[in-house]
Amino acid sequence: MTESFALPRVLERTGSFHQSLDVPADGLLTAAEVLLQRGFRLALVAAVDHPGPLRVVYLFTSGLPDRRIELVLTVDRRRPEIPSLAALSFPASRFEREIHDLFGIVPVGHPALRRLVLHQHWPEGWHPMRSDAGPPPAMVDDAGSYPFVEVQGAGVYEIPVGPVHAGLIEPGHFRFSVVGETILKMKARLWFVHKGIERLFEGQDIHSGVELGEKISGDTAVGHGLAYCLAIEEACGIEVPPRASVLRNLLLELERIYNHVADVGAMCNDVGFGLVHAKALTLRERLLRLNASVTGHRLLRGGVRVGGTRLASIPRPAELAEIGAQFHELVNLALDQSIVMDRFTGTAVLNPGDIAELGVLGVVARASGSVFDARVAHPVGEPWANFLAAGATTGDVLARFQVRVQEVDASLALLDDFCTRPGPPHAFGPDHLVAGVGSGSGIVEGWRGAIVHRIEVDGSGRLSRVKVVDPSFFNWPALSVALADTIVPDFPLANKSFNLSYAGNDL
Amino acid sequence: MSTISHVIGTGISSAVQVAVVAVGGPVLVGVMRKVRCRLEGRVGPPVLQPLVDIRKLFRKQRFRPDQATWIFTLAPVMLVATVVVAAAITPLVTTHPALRASSDLFVLVYLLLVGSTLLALAGLDAGTAFGGMGSSRAVTIGALAEPALLVTILALSTTAHSSNLPAIVSAILAHPESVATPQRLFALGALLIVIVAESGRLPVDNPATHLELTMVHEAMILEYAGPDLALVTVGEAMRLTLLLGIFVNLVAPWGVATSTSVSGVVVGLASVVAKVAVVGVFLAVFEVFIAKVRLFRVPELLAGAFVLALLGVVSGLVAK
Repeated sequence: MTESFALPRVLERTGSFHQSLDVPADGLLTAAEVLLQRGFRLALVAAVDHPGPLRVVYLFTSGLPDRRIELVLTVDRRRPEIPSLAALSFPASRFEREIHDLFGIVPVGHPALRRLVLHQHWPEGWHPMRSDAGPPPAMVDDAGSYPFVEVQGAGVYEIPVGPVHAGLIEPGHFRFSVVGETILKMKARLWFVHKGIERLFEGQDIHSGVELGEKISGDTAVGHGLAYCLAIEEACGIEVPPRASVLRNLLLELERIYNHVADVGAMCNDVGFGLVHAKALTLRERLLRLNASVTGHRLLRGGVRVGGTRLASIPRPAELAEIGAQFHELVNLALDQSIVMDRFTGTAVLNPGDIAELGVLGVVARASGSVFDARVAHPVGEPWANFLAAGATTGDVLARFQVRVQEVDASLALLDDFCTRPGPPHAFGPDHLVAGVGSGSGIVEGWRGAIVHRIEVDGSGRLSRVKVVDPSFFNWPALSVALADTIVPDFPLANKSFNLSYAGNDL
Repeated sequence: MSTISHVIGTGISSAVQVAVVAVGGPVLVGVMRKVRCRLEGRVGPPVLQPLVDIRKLFRKQRFRPDQATWIFTLAPVMLVATVVVAAAITPLVTTHPALRASSDLFVLVYLLLVGSTLLALAGLDAGTAFGGMGSSRAVTIGALAEPALLVTILALSTTAHSSNLPAIVSAILAHPESVATPQRLFALGALLIVIVAESGRLPVDNPATHLELTMVHEAMILEYAGPDLALVTVGEAMRLTLLLGIFVNLVAPWGVATSTSVSGVVVGLASVVAKVAVVGVFLAVFEVFIAKVRLFRVPELLAGAFVLALLGVVSGLVAK
């Protein structure tokens, strides 16, 4: 009981802090409401089964200053129920559906407790993340168990797409209800590539876990690898030297650049302007080779490690300037083409009001007027001076294109700074083999948006629970919202302008 | 000239025309791809790759959707058949092809439309959402292109007082001063837009895309595989070549044989191949620097073609 009274006292504190509070079931709603009103964001909800009691952890974050409050709710194993936060927060309602599928914990009062992670072919009552789950049971018949959401009216017809697509795209199943060419409703069914990553972490050594972290979403090796390391370092109390943080930020920006460059080209390709796409791929290849020279891996694996950072070399500022010039050449090619501009402008608008409502993050949010950037709110290492996050307000495909362009420029400027700072290409803390017991969280502004990991470590230096949240988990529902009144042939363009991760979402 | 030798001459000329369209079509597509790739800084597939692909498809197993009816089977055959007939009777190499009297612009347009319509029906026939979507879009574009095309024919037929294509070509050859009259220039501009729209090229459709939801023509033929797909591919390439062949001989008919003599046919063949290649390369270059317009803007483009054609007719009347 006393812990719920502790919340007002905690909120009076100034400066950065990370605080964990036990909360009783009847105090959860009030506490969450207070935190959300104070500008905190629900960054992560994780159920934890082992070791200790079954519990649900709600991580609320706010920045700047970097403040993180964990509400820990213990759940009765015999009657696993939690009060639903769905009325307060849309993202909470989705976390609760995930927890219901994987842990069998029932959010009482949830308005639409449908399955999310587990497809219908898994039998009822099997919850794979529970410690007593056992081996996977036989699948049951899935046919007809995922009906179309019926949209009624004259001339409404339905187009199912995927999960297998014609290009090299990850699997997702999209169902459109359409009148003529106008989309009335789009429903996305994901989790076709649910690999049980969180379970794979369990029992791993804290140092080997980073390699799995880098593979959560192949294009976000640094983002996820770094979020993992930050969480481990907090959990185990590992000190990281400032130089290592600089090198980590350097890698993060390299990752942002090569992905944004590819997106800029791919968006042009989706309107049939292959010239920019071909040039963007050439530039991306150059960046991948640069990556290989920096970490030894084209997708920047192997640089971020628990306790420090190890690079093979630092990029030359002259090369970065050349890349910047090449990038602007291809961006201008796109912006000077009036048909491209026409296709981008006003397409798939995501209103600023929806950003807060849905908890949208990253590039997509900043294109609709959001100013949230985890690089500012939750800096890695020293807080950054004079850093202005990119932004636009129109929320259409053009805005998302422009935010990417601005971010590449901002990243190149940051890299120029990081690369000219004196210091060796590797840095580790004095005693990075310390292993303790505890939990920690890592927040990183990956190139798609804020990535959050929350990790618990047991006494033997092994991982007991790793919860991963990719920004795509928050952003997927926003795609459906943005598609209302968009025409069917513009869907691939709208989808590309979001460019969300399937692997990072499905885990 | 004896009737028999004339019949043999026109027969051979028409056979040459069909052969050059059949082989030249896929090669033209290969050339256009190559030009586009090179301009984008890519190596690109070999020029003869479409021919190799077609051979590969013909050797594959025949595979059709369970629900499909005879329309699905008939459409590719009819597509190729109509293009073959059209290629035989149009003045590509000589102004004396077989069935010269039937070589009328109206006949040609609706002959080609038979193939397109059957393909649209086949898209519906396969019973998938994409097929129906592609057919709906293709028919919409076709319906919008048709008025522009008809008015274009009207504008072009004023020169020769006939819509008979060999007559129009002969009339320009006989009166070179009429080659650049305003009504012809307007009408030919309109014709080029209609050809681009009808053959599913940028900025109306993107033949290179893999995105099902944006497709027009490709969505319609998505269910075709093996020899059926080979026929569709050949038919499409031939139709593009034929349309461009008609276009170049309306723009600049010089080189077309006015008889069926061997030397005339050889010169006519060389000239039409050269002219179509030039226009094909020009189109490929144009496509590099243009994007695909939003589907709802296609009517505006075709309305523009209609207005151009109408201007052609009006300026023809005013000139009199």
